Amino acid sequence: MAERSFAKEVEKLRLGAGEEFSGEGILAITKALLQCGVGYVGGYQGAPISHLMDVLADAQDILGELGVHYEASASEATATAMLAASVHYPIRGAATFKSTVGTNVASDALANLASGGVTGGALIIVGEDYGEGSSIMQERSHAFAMKSQVWLLDPRPNLPSIVKSVEDSFELSEASNTPVMLLVRIRCCHVHGQFIAKDNKRPGMTVAEALDSPRRDTKRIVLPPASFLHEKEKIEKRWPAAVDFIRSHKINEFFGPDIAKVGIVLQGGMYNGVIRALQRIGLADLYGETQVPLYVLNAVYPLVEDEFLGFCQGKDAVLVVEEGQPNYIEQAMASMLHKADHTTRIIGKEVMPMAGEYTGQVMFDGVGAFLRERAPHLLPAQIRAPNTTDMSQDLSDLTALVPGRPPGFCTGCPERPIFAATKLIEQELGHHHIASDIGCHLFSIMPPFELGATTMGYGLGPASASAFNSPDAKRRSISFVGDGGFWHNGLTSSIGNAVFNRNDGVIVIVDNFYSAATGGQDILSSRANNRSKSTKHPITEAVKGMGVKWVRHIERTYDVNKMRDTLREALTTPTTGPKVIVASSECMLNRQRREKPLIDKAIKGGERMVKPKFGVDEDICTGDHACIRLSGCPSLSVRTLDDPLRDDPVAHIDQSCVGCGNCGEVADAAVLCPSFYRADVVHNPGTWDRFADNIRRKLIGMMQNWRERRRLEFVDA
Amino acid sequence: MADQSPSTPEADRIIKLAVLAVGGQGGGVLADWITAVAEVNGYRAQSTSVAGVAQRTGATIYYVELCRDTGRQPVFALSPAQGDVDILIASELMEAGRAIIRGFVTPNRTTLIASSHRIAAISEKIEPGDGRAPSDQVMAAAKGSAKRFISFDMEQMALDAGSMISASLLGALAGCGALPFPRETYEEIIRGSGRGAIASLKAFAAAHDRARDVEAAPEAFPPQPIPSTPKVKGPQQLLSQWQSLNARVDAYPELVRDMALRGLRKVTDYQDVAYGTEYLDRLDQAVKLDRAGYALSLSAAKHLANAMCYDDMIRVSDLKTRSKRDARVRSEVGVRDGTVLQLTEYFHPRIEEFCGTLPAGFGRYIESRPKVSAWLDRRINRGRRIRTDSMSGFAMLWFIGGLRRWRRSLLRHQVETAHLQHWYKLALDHVSQDYALAVEILNCRRLIKGYSDTHVRAFSKFDRVLSGLDLVKGRPDAADWIRRLREAALKDEKGTMLDGALKTIASLD
Repeated sequence: MAERSFAKEVEKLRLGAGEEFSGEGILAITKALLQCGVGYVGGYQGAPISHLMDVLADAQDILGELGVHYEASASEATATAMLAASVHYPIRGAATFKSTVGTNVASDALANLASGGVTGGALIIVGEDYGEGSSIMQERSHAFAMKSQVWLLDPRPNLPSIVKSVEDSFELSEASNTPVMLLVRIRCCHVHGQFIAKDNKRPGMTVAEALDSPRRDTKRIVLPPASFLHEKEKIEKRWPAAVDFIRSHKINEFFGPDIAKVGIVLQGGMYNGVIRALQRIGLADLYGETQVPLYVLNAVYPLVEDEFLGFCQGKDAVLVVEEGQPNYIEQAMASMLHKADHTTRIIGKEVMPMAGEYTGQVMFDGVGAFLRERAPHLLPAQIRAPNTTDMSQDLSDLTALVPGRPPGFCTGCPERPIFAATKLIEQELGHHHIASDIGCHLFSIMPPFELGATTMGYGLGPASASAFNSPDAKRRSISFVGDGGFWHNGLTSSIGNAVFNRNDGVIVIVDNFYSAATGGQDILSSRANNRSKSTKHPITEAVKGMGVKWVRHIERTYDVNKMRDTLREALTTPTTGPKVIVASSECMLNRQRREKPLIDKAIKGGERMVKPKFGVDEDICTGDHACIRLSGCPSLSVRTLDDPLRDDPVAHIDQSCVGCGNCGEVADAAVLCPSFYRADVVHNPGTWDRFADNIRRKLIGMMQNWRERRRLEFVDA
Repeated sequence: MADQSPSTPEADRIIKLAVLAVGGQGGGVLADWITAVAEVNGYRAQSTSVAGVAQRTGATIYYVELCRDTGRQPVFALSPAQGDVDILIASELMEAGRAIIRGFVTPNRTTLIASSHRIAAISEKIEPGDGRAPSDQVMAAAKGSAKRFISFDMEQMALDAGSMISASLLGALAGCGALPFPRETYEEIIRGSGRGAIASLKAFAAAHDRARDVEAAPEAFPPQPIPSTPKVKGPQQLLSQWQSLNARVDAYPELVRDMALRGLRKVTDYQDVAYGTEYLDRLDQAVKLDRAGYALSLSAAKHLANAMCYDDMIRVSDLKTRSKRDARVRSEVGVRDGTVLQLTEYFHPRIEEFCGTLPAGFGRYIESRPKVSAWLDRRINRGRRIRTDSMSGFAMLWFIGGLRRWRRSLLRHQVETAHLQHWYKLALDHVSQDYALAVEILNCRRLIKGYSDTHVRAFSKFDRVLSGLDLVKGRPDAADWIRRLREAALKDEKGTMLDGALKTIASLD
């Protein structure tokens, strides 16, 4: 069950021709796929296209009605390999994953898919996760398109453009027998907008029909000598076909006046940012009517040489707005101009930054600098020579003051006690080399835990500790991998590798029942019933099946004592080979989403229900905050007491507490202090509950009274 | 800086609105509401966000652009730009600070709506002392950076209404009039949002009226409530003894009285009236030595009380079995009629706590025999969950709390008293040569806190800070150095900063 449900929104996928669709970018993409008669869809979740997978999962009924197969792929490589269905059959297929972590994983399949080429349109929707809020953004998808010779579309970030781009992609793919990548950036995925829908189309051929009449063509299989021929075919046939298609179908767009001394070439995704800069400079209006000619590359690879040279005709200089590095487009265009003996100057990374997101300010500064230098006559006075009086105040004090607020473990997260236990065992046995992995558990590298030295890739935590395996060492390495990464490729890359190489390290598999960091999608070991997928495959069984002899399973990670004792055992046991601890507890975000409505309903319905919450006795807490250094729960904060005798704020648990118990367990395991209490409120208590409570409270009241009558009692007025 | 094309008529401009929120505050809901309100008012709107971070307690931005619908689709940007934001909503005070740093607040342009409450970031919470960033600097910067600054505690307002801060933020937005939409349209949208609509409307209304009334006047810091003199109840004999102690406090210089009375109340509550007498006897020494300003007496009044009320099993048990505590937990947890409260306390006693609660001689006897100690520790040292709503659990703690009567003869009391006397004497001995240094020595008592290992570490920090005393004694800035050492000791758990500061002192000539 994913973090976000699209059950209501997917009804919009049924809209027919002429009706207005209004919603998020990802939903629009899904609708476009159905309008294109897609035969199968799949992918692997990850920001920014996690929600696209969630939409597809929630839309299974609609997909089923149309005869579209839906696959939640095991990895990006799997998803790309799935597109093999379009190699011999005229079936349109789409796969989606995030870039670049996904394109990296998919590379092998991508190369082979591109080599043999496709018959049916094959579309890969990549979420380009670059800039604010991004987790993995080191490389550009552009490089993958170039090296595998697949075409890359980068549409303007509005719903009609994205939808058209999906349609274009399938046609382009079929016209050039080449897979096409469609790139959408993070904010574009979540942008709200409208477009006029078309009817959904059933696929011309379904996967069922293909299965019933199999085809093969040796020429399309990647094995010499065919693969040598593919190399030539890619350049001699498919590339020109693609360029022809892009030119004749006017995939790239021109805006602004036909004749001008300067112009701007930009990736489609940069369009709104460039227009905003021009609006602010005074050279474009609200609706994008611009006085500077724009050449918008909705297809960024391959480039259309004559189209570009035509745009440069009569221009002194052209600015290339290309986010990220290296500046492939700028280089290619400079080369085109050079070879054509053109005098137009290419300006790019001189005024725009080589690295980093093209934010509003970057665009404003870069476009402004270009125009000031190359076309000052176009500019209003205040832009041509801006007043440099800086009205902003000195912010250095403020910068030092405002604390960073990186994302961290959620309230009640079951992974927090795992790292509290790790911190405690390190206090006991000293520091260890700790290898981290990708997933929520990577928040361990942040305060208050500050555990973990490297992260090498999804499912590669234990693999990244594999060199640290020496009979001479007195300490073992500890590595972490999440259940998501484990099933993605960790089972073989990390566990199998450790068994085979007789790695002596400790491996902790953080099992929270979902691929939680990507939004709580189900995976093989999820414990929920999933309507269309097979779940409940225990990780422990898989690990044992791989040949691990020392396996411990902790079914409640909040038991910090047990967690710490198990870690100690793993780090000190004489048993050789990998020591695997599977630490299982359900992702609290998902658990709350699942349980809270049920509990509220049960309470309303008069059922007996116990709701836990933790608290701190403020007069017992001494304000040392050791508990926070071992927890970091958002609901555990500090509060100033109205008491001049107390200098330091005391710990305090706010209303958001979900009663997971971590505070109490940590206080116990680390022998902290007795100020924590758990308050269980019994809703709709039974007769016995009430009777016993009545008696107890009377007796306790009498004892309290007896003592309080004999001493001075200070009562706040 | 040019806002937009100068040729664009005012009414057709794009209004740019950014929301800086902390994950889990409902920033997405707020952005959706604003979009919906704009659309019912005949505007086109576009909202964007970066999902993911929002769920996981990080700082995140929601961005909305809106403009009057003329039938053509405007080109909206997808993220806010420096110097180009009309309305900035910060759902927490430091997020307002972050918005200013990022350049999203400009004096000629931006209406800044910020809730004045704080959500401490993890880096602020983990310090052993008080690591929280002060609010006043951000408040001042906000006043200086924004065209209009609307700020009050919107979190509390939402809580009071039983709603989320997104509702009160929307109320403040509507109330301040920065958007040209009538109040009813906002309320219509909230009403249509289903669950919790009534509570949301209440929070909306409260914030709306407040924002309309304050109009650019940021919240004046609420006047500190004057501490009310606590009422005292008890047997007549004890009350008259208490009165005579009060009379002694009344004889103190006026500046010292409030702190002394609080200290007196604390130690009397901790032990008994005789203990209060002991407290005043000790405090008298400082008062006698003191001069105008009374920094020494104030520090003595505060820290003597804290030192005398050391945290032992008796105190914890006593506090946990009082009727006041029961009432406080019930109100904090929100126990309503018809429900039953079950309370579990987390204890983890060790041999040290056990021996401390034995008569001094007996306790020392055990402590000096490692084998016996270890044998006992194996039986004692484990986590215990005690249900104080049950008879047996409550009675056990009630009994331990009752040991108070014999506390003076117990081992822990002797250890603590010896330590106190040493510290107090050390401080008072310095008064004649270096008054300020004496005050700082007294203030070092702040370092001692926590239980078990934390307490041991605190003691070690205390000793390390005072180990610097011989190095700085006689210097004109000796007091300042001790203060710096103490502050360094409160910065991190292990005392790494303190060690660095001590090295600096050792290198002084």
